[in-house]
Amino acid sequence: MSPGRTFLLASAMCAVGFPAAGQSGQLDLPKNVLVGQAFSIPNAGNGQGVLYIVGPSEALRIDVQPGQAIVIPAGDLDNAGHFVAVLSSGSSTETGEFDILPASQPEAVSFLAKPSRLPVDLQSGITGAVYVFDASQNLITAPTPVSFQLSVPSEAVQTRTVVTKQGAAWTEMNSATKEGNAKFVAQAGDVSATRVIEQVPGDPCALKMNAKKVGEQIELETDPLRDCNGNAVTDGTIVTFTESWNGGQTTVDVPLKHGIAEAQVPAINGARISVATGVVMGNEIRWSNR
Amino acid sequence: MGGRLLAVVLGLATVVLVVVGTLWPVSAAAAYAGLGGASLERSSSTPEGAVNNLANAMSHQDWQKAYSLLSNRREFTEQDLVRDLTGSYPSLRTYATLDNFQVRPLHASNDEALVQLRLGWSTVVGTFLDTRTLKVVRNGDRWAPVWPIVKEPRIPPQVIPVTYLRWDVIYRGPEDDWGAQDVEAPHVRIVDMHPIERAAGVVVLGELLNEDVVPAYVSVKATLLGKNGAAIASEDSFDKISHLLLPKEVTPFLITFPNVSLSDVDSIHMDPTSSLVAASADPVVEIQDQKLSPAPDASFSGNLVDEGGEIVNIAHVLGTFYDKSGQVVWVADQYVDRALLPQTPVAFSIPVPEDLARKVSSERAIVATYSPGGFQ
Repeated sequence: MSPGRTFLLASAMCAVGFPAAGQSGQLDLPKNVLVGQAFSIPNAGNGQGVLYIVGPSEALRIDVQPGQAIVIPAGDLDNAGHFVAVLSSGSSTETGEFDILPASQPEAVSFLAKPSRLPVDLQSGITGAVYVFDASQNLITAPTPVSFQLSVPSEAVQTRTVVTKQGAAWTEMNSATKEGNAKFVAQAGDVSATRVIEQVPGDPCALKMNAKKVGEQIELETDPLRDCNGNAVTDGTIVTFTESWNGGQTTVDVPLKHGIAEAQVPAINGARISVATGVVMGNEIRWSNR
Repeated sequence: MGGRLLAVVLGLATVVLVVVGTLWPVSAAAAYAGLGGASLERSSSTPEGAVNNLANAMSHQDWQKAYSLLSNRREFTEQDLVRDLTGSYPSLRTYATLDNFQVRPLHASNDEALVQLRLGWSTVVGTFLDTRTLKVVRNGDRWAPVWPIVKEPRIPPQVIPVTYLRWDVIYRGPEDDWGAQDVEAPHVRIVDMHPIERAAGVVVLGELLNEDVVPAYVSVKATLLGKNGAAIASEDSFDKISHLLLPKEVTPFLITFPNVSLSDVDSIHMDPTSSLVAASADPVVEIQDQKLSPAPDASFSGNLVDEGGEIVNIAHVLGTFYDKSGQVVWVADQYVDRALLPQTPVAFSIPVPEDLARKVSSERAIVATYSPGGFQ
């Protein structure tokens, strides 16, 4: 039911006299009702009336026959929360309150996994948060066990089980030592959600270049770049070669291609050539044309 | 009566000023009125007058007239002259207008003279100066400049295979659940930052590293906080930064706070931002023969060489200058006015403040490149 219609119904309730000026009483209502379940309200009145039920984002209007129990069919009240019922019959008004409780069986989970990309071998670098919902998308506030699993090919699966508090559960995981996509699964009851965490190589562990003369140029080439866990550093990573000599300098920023960076600089006798990527420095070569 | 007299006086004064302004316009007014650069057209009976007329024609983009004023027309065509001034390939020159010029006689004899012509070009990223030394020769009772033509190299039609990486990005869609993942913004980190005080105000300098494995569009914002914790001013790096950073690439940044004194600043809040963008690792630009020339006229110069196969229309060189302890002491930049052609060196020269040039122990240059179709 739309909020506008709810408002109209609430207005109508006021119009029929809530609280009414005539006789008033208490409706005999169940204290708690599970969402989606049918229930009935005894009606001892001897006249025709109207029952209004108003709750979060939801309102019902039911015509009541004298002496007949009022049946709320299954599925009519979908939203968990606190509800107010008002039975207006002639000059008398009966009221009552009850709670619609979410189902205990999880039917949907919202799974937030952060970040979607991180370096390998990072302790507590991955965070997963889960919100558990029932079939009507009500947050299940009762404690519910949630299982988190982070799996990477060729490494042991990390598993944590966390019980929800007020409908939410969260955990932290370590990234693996090998690069690749990790499958991060959160499961509550029979439902699960999967996210993919991209685990990328870290900073290069050792940066080493070699130089050889080609014509009037020096051809510089790095060894294949790997991080400290042996993962190949991602292609496209910028490597800076710097050649310095007395009063001059040449620099070239080149991206890694197939794990190797290559560049050519002028062959200048006595030049110092260094290599770096990000904040990682590599070896230095002093060039001699002899 | 008094009011009528005042009106008559004001009217007369206006008429007098209009006449004076028309007969002897100030150079700025002449330029605004389209009368040509900083000087009005003069007679070609002097070397300076001849060069002045040439510059006037250039400021009006009257290439035909400019060409007709030259004495060495046989050496090149009018098209060559236009290409020299506006670029053979789309570049900063293509979109520049001649804002002002200065004519300075260097040497003169009866039949020949040397005149320096300083052309101040205006572009959307600032101004650049093109200084040419012209020989001017006498031809009867008139003088005609010899234009020192700079012929930009033409690259022959060819196919240059390149295999550099390119990153494309697919973001989450509007239909995705709110809990669904999106692509992570690149992780960037400020690796150096400190403020200095200059005559114009406070300058915040530093370096920013893209420590991720994906390209990042970056920007840095700084907020100066006063002794009471309140914000004094907030500025960003604008173009004093290379906005596109490939993985593990470092850019300098410089943020200027005019009319702020460092003694008023208690702390600085830095806010680096990054977003994931599609990018290409091509072209690679080598910076050759970098040299820091000491004061006076301290400058950082070198040559840019496009090692890729794509023409770079606009190149932006950012120089970072370090002291002996490795701390950044200054950041300077320059837009190169000519396009970078494959394997063709193009010179750059960035002025460095003389007081800071004395402190510089080492320097580093990076190049940001722009071509039609977005970031490269």
